[in-house]
Amino acid sequence: MTKQLLSVQDLSIDFLTRRGRVQALEDVSFTVSEGEILGIVGESGSGKSVLSYSIMGLSDKAANIRSGSIDFRGVPLKPEKMADLRGREISMVFQSPRTALNPIRKVGHQIEDVLRRHTPLRGKVLKSAAIEALARVRIPDPERRYEAYPFEMSGGMCQRVMIAMALACKPALLICDEPTTGLDVTTQAVIMDLVRDLVAETKMAAILITHDLALAGEYCDRIAVMHAGHIVEVAQSRSFPNELKHPYTERLFAALPSAAANLSELAIIPGSLPDLRGALPPCRYIARCERAKEDCSLGPLPWTKIDSDHLVRCRYPK
Amino acid sequence: MNTLITILRRVLVAVPTIIGVVIVTFILQRALPGDPAVFYAGPSANPEVVARVREQLGLDQPVFMQFLDFIRRLTHGDLGLSISSGHPVLDDLLSRAPASIELTLAALLFAIVVGLPLGMLAALKPGTLVDHACRVIVTVGAAFPTFFVALILIFVFYYQLGIAPEPLGQLNEIYDTIPTTVTGFLLIDTLLAGDTATFQSVAMKLVLPMISLGLFALAPIARITRAAMLETLSSDYCRTARAMGLSYSRMVFSYALRNAMLPIISILGMVFSFLLGGSVLVEQVFAWPGIGAYAVSAVMASDYAAVQGFVLLMAVLYVLLNLVVDLVITAIDPRVRYEH
Ligand SMILES: Nc1ncnc2c1ncn2[C@@H]1O[C@H](COP(=O)(O)OP(=O)(O)OP(=O)(O)O)[C@@H](O)[C@H]1O
Ligand code: SF4
Ligand SMILES: [Mg+2]
Repeated sequence: MTKQLLSVQDLSIDFLTRRGRVQALEDVSFTVSEGEILGIVGESGSGKSVLSYSIMGLSDKAANIRSGSIDFRGVPLKPEKMADLRGREISMVFQSPRTALNPIRKVGHQIEDVLRRHTPLRGKVLKSAAIEALARVRIPDPERRYEAYPFEMSGGMCQRVMIAMALACKPALLICDEPTTGLDVTTQAVIMDLVRDLVAETKMAAILITHDLALAGEYCDRIAVMHAGHIVEVAQSRSFPNELKHPYTERLFAALPSAAANLSELAIIPGSLPDLRGALPPCRYIARCERAKEDCSLGPLPWTKIDSDHLVRCRYPK
Repeated sequence: MNTLITILRRVLVAVPTIIGVVIVTFILQRALPGDPAVFYAGPSANPEVVARVREQLGLDQPVFMQFLDFIRRLTHGDLGLSISSGHPVLDDLLSRAPASIELTLAALLFAIVVGLPLGMLAALKPGTLVDHACRVIVTVGAAFPTFFVALILIFVFYYQLGIAPEPLGQLNEIYDTIPTTVTGFLLIDTLLAGDTATFQSVAMKLVLPMISLGLFALAPIARITRAAMLETLSSDYCRTARAMGLSYSRMVFSYALRNAMLPIISILGMVFSFLLGGSVLVEQVFAWPGIGAYAVSAVMASDYAAVQGFVLLMAVLYVLLNLVVDLVITAIDPRVRYEH
């Protein structure tokens, strides 16, 4: 039995905007264990980034945590403690690596910034630690890359630098928000292999947020599917696509394996995400659901347990 | 090596600009209304005298020869004689330039010292009092002409409150000892002479003109700083800095501000040229012994050589300034260094 690292319980987050309260997340619960890769997939706007930012304590000022808790190593994450944990215990890698790096600072120095913040290393040792971090993500000739600026490197190389930076202090949890979007297919595989190997080598856990269902299926141990701010189904990735119970996930994965493995290209589900402002039905999929019955719009939506690690949020799971 | 080449290239680019400036100045002088020969010869001159003066000035030569002559004299630093002062224009300009440069630099410094933090704070705390204050100052600074601000400041601080010294030049010629000229910059020369009393007096007299002129530059600096900081603060790399737990100050200074400095420095070049223009009026109001006031009286007196010298000096200053801006940006931004 592996140790639980992160536990999110009943997390609900609203954004107070001028045009109403956006209910971006509602009753989101999941856990991540050491050495595990959890995939989070869902259409654009389903709340994947809102979720990862709230774990990082980087939520927008307009974000309001209505309820729920986020525990890390069994202790609730406190906003005032987050600055110390970020980059050291919990790290994050973003999409578009080119813009995620400071354009006018040598990448080696950017990694040193992180190391200087969280470790007592200084001077020569600091520099060699930064070079070591670059070597760990298999960047060829790390001494030379240390001196490079982001514009001198390819997108894939920039993403490796981002990962090197995120892993410089050997965090326990790495959150990757669409780390390979915008990279070519070969580079995608290289980056993802790297993440998987790094997880396997250490006891680090990773959350992989992606649009790419095939990618999630290939690299993740478990997958959580999000729809309109809800997690609708969580299961071992070997349960995908055949043992899925929720009508949304079922349709989503029915198209696999096919060329259109990317959610953004997938138009198999009629209708669109509901407007997250204003009153919402208990099941936010109801308008698109062919299984919907009358009682689906009554009372709170229950979690149905299929087995120990397969949960579905639907009144009528298949 | 790469850096050196880039710098050399920037310097070389400035050369044609200078040549262009020289040509324009030459044409400008020919295009001015009135006949310099008649003017130089004086009101009581008869046609023979005028013809002799024309010959002396070389104005009877073909334009191309005049141009060559003009260039030849320029290379010897000969800008001609000022008819109003009777001195060589170059000497006049050089003796007066330090006062103007002192004033302009002080105004620029004032604008940066106030405008940069103001814009930064406004960007860091949008929607707060600082932000609103920034907006008001930017609007007011941009709306009122410098000489008007200068007059108001004089009225309030000299006439009404009596806390500012009289708006008559850099020194009080009765009370202050004039330091021996070393650099020509009074603030520096008084310090070199160890005369702190005069230094203080000079500094005090600099305050009002500096603020009048500086307010004018403050608006664009604060505005650009605010906009640039807002942009860099919401950039992906600042998000990365936060995601890596970097301290607030490192994120603001090393990540946001350093990137924001690129547009800010570009605007500084433009602001400085505004200041050169604006100083003409402020010098007039404060009886400042600078080249601005000199140019105004030269124009009034149709002192061709002096006007031309002034224009040339301004243009060269402007080109040099842009060169400095380019070089500073090259130093900060690696992307520019590698551009070919
Ligand atoms: N600062 C904010 N203010 C108001 N609404 C927000 C804010 N941030 C996110 N939202 C809303 O929250 C919802 C979820 O957004 P989120 O960015 O998490 O989606 P996502 O699943 O990451 O999508 P994508 O795949 O496009 O990245 C969206 O409806 C979005 O409009
Ligand atoms: S709860 Fe009802 S409406 Fe919602 S997905 Fe299940 S069947 Fe469809
Ligand atoms: Mg997102």
